[in-house]
Amino acid sequence: MTRTTELLRRDDGVVEVPGDPAVEERIAVREFQGSDAIELLGCAFGAFCLTWLVYERLTPLSGGLGFFVSWYALFLAAVWFVVRDRLGPLEARDRLARVVVASVALGLLIPLGLIVGYTFARGFHALRPQFFVQDQSRVGPLSPATEGGGSAGIVGSLEMVGLATLMSVPLGILTAVFLNEIGGRLARPVRMIVDAMSAIPSIVAGLFIYAAFILALHQRQTGFAAALSLAVLMLPTVTRTAEVVLRLVPGGLREASLALGGTEWSTVRRVVLPTARTGLLTAVILGVARVIGETAPLILTALGNTSLNANPLKGNQDALPLMIYRLIRFPQTASIERAWTGALVLLGIVLVLFIVARLLGGRGPGHIGRIKRYRLARKGLA
Amino acid sequence: MYRSVARGGGALTLGLMGLIGLFLTVRSWKALHAAGLGFFTRSAWQPSFGQFGVWSALLGTVIIAVIALVIAVPVAICTALFVTEYAPPRLRRPLTSFVDVLAAVPSLIYGLWGRFFLQPRAIYLSRFLGTHFGFIPFFHTKEAGSVASYPASTFIAGIVVALMIVPICTAVMREVFSQAPPGEKEGALALGGTKLGVIRSVVLPFGKGGIIGGSMLGLGRALGETIAVTLIISPVFDPHSLTHVLQTGGNSIASLIALRFSESNEFGISALMAAGLTLFVLTLIVNAIASAVVARSRSGAATEI
Repeated sequence: MTRTTELLRRDDGVVEVPGDPAVEERIAVREFQGSDAIELLGCAFGAFCLTWLVYERLTPLSGGLGFFVSWYALFLAAVWFVVRDRLGPLEARDRLARVVVASVALGLLIPLGLIVGYTFARGFHALRPQFFVQDQSRVGPLSPATEGGGSAGIVGSLEMVGLATLMSVPLGILTAVFLNEIGGRLARPVRMIVDAMSAIPSIVAGLFIYAAFILALHQRQTGFAAALSLAVLMLPTVTRTAEVVLRLVPGGLREASLALGGTEWSTVRRVVLPTARTGLLTAVILGVARVIGETAPLILTALGNTSLNANPLKGNQDALPLMIYRLIRFPQTASIERAWTGALVLLGIVLVLFIVARLLGGRGPGHIGRIKRYRLARKGLA
Repeated sequence: MYRSVARGGGALTLGLMGLIGLFLTVRSWKALHAAGLGFFTRSAWQPSFGQFGVWSALLGTVIIAVIALVIAVPVAICTALFVTEYAPPRLRRPLTSFVDVLAAVPSLIYGLWGRFFLQPRAIYLSRFLGTHFGFIPFFHTKEAGSVASYPASTFIAGIVVALMIVPICTAVMREVFSQAPPGEKEGALALGGTKLGVIRSVVLPFGKGGIIGGSMLGLGRALGETIAVTLIISPVFDPHSLTHVLQTGGNSIASLIALRFSESNEFGISALMAAGLTLFVLTLIVNAIASAVVARSRSGAATEI
């Protein structure tokens, strides 16, 4: 097959024009075809056979990882030679880059899948309904893993993260609005500081609250102190993400609003923030996700508690990560199993948060959902 | 009114950062005054005997972060490129969601996984590197043939921290790569460029700020990573053995604070505050340099409609 026919065949593929024909659609060029897939499979199979021959028959090598690495290297070499033979060195380099990028990206999913899978495998069999309603106050060293639960930790975590969100999200979005819409001489230092703050180690945030709130104001270690330290950690994440999102709001929209006679405030409130709503929600989620599993500052500020304490203002409070960290260091198997159960619940909370957030805010800007369409219809607008 | 409120918000954020530095300095003053400059050169950590310094912890922190970055940045660039350039449009959203979910996996869980799942397997990789590449100074290991000299090492902590920072690096890079100007990309294609050519001549130069910014965020997290590192390493205070990354024993400022906080008296806490201040200043310097680079590459990157 010559080069030209190859190109022609590509050109006549997949031109989809859904919906309104007046809207100009970008032509999608199909880059990856069935023959390419067969080629890759052939290369992989050939490389596997060669590696097996070398490992099992010709040399005294052993080890799964070494086998895998050799296989991968041979696979890349095979792809290079096959594509060069068919399409020339330029195309071969392109294909090699494609294969490397794709395999690294998809390979990344392996350890991350392993993390979720392993947590599930270790934590699931001790997970009982009472994990959500009991605390650890009656658990002795000989109790089985199914006894006692993490209610203290779950309640504490939710309260701390909730308080931290209440404190940091308004301030973060306000700062982002300031940076993006107002600016001025103060904007540069603020942006620099927010950048710097995003890398504040979580343990330093804990030390700060310990020094500034607990030591300086003669407070005790409470859930509120922990929430303060979490808010310090959340603030830069929310601000940075929100600022990036606000920067993506087209300047034309702002100018249109101002030209229609809107004030700066009404422009921000009615045009900029609603346009960026999806992104702002992502900012909040990223902030929550950043802090919900934080353990380090809580070691210093909340201390942990084996029994349920629902009052964040008084007494030591437990948090889910803190509970896991405490239990994992005991030598008893039951304790370690309980910690894994806690880890599974923590992971579950994070995943549920994410799915909810995706359902709420995963649509593009300007998307009109079913409920909103109904409301608009009642007003006679759509 | 609106302007002053928003400006006040900005100023509050600015002030918060100043307060952090101020309080840490005030609280660590006693220990810093007692230890003098020796605080930065001594390796042992025994505040009750007046013998303490942050050197070994600082060294350990930097080594873990460097190992993590060396592994994470190439992986993150590939993942971001795959999501924005190579993956079929249908797969883009699920892939993006997936990477975002992974950014949310708590560090504690990465730590548990590293200690209970990865470590028993990674020591064989360590042994391979230690026996065959032991001539490289960093990989030198005592009793390289035995598996027992490899667990709880800086290297394993580095792998886990790398996994933790990949999603964050990827998220930033993906965001920037996806904003590469389509006109220029099509121009490069029209000139006969391959996909690789487009990436090398348009996407990567355009996304340079994002690559640096993403790596910077990753570095910040890697330097300050506490719990995962604390769960994996067994602390050593000998700077010479710290540089041999494969063998048992590591150290980091954050894990030092987490491990010693509950057993410290008032002076000990002051010393830990000093260590925290060191970590704080270190991350500040790293970020100041990086954000200067990002700010320079950001100019003219945005297009208005």
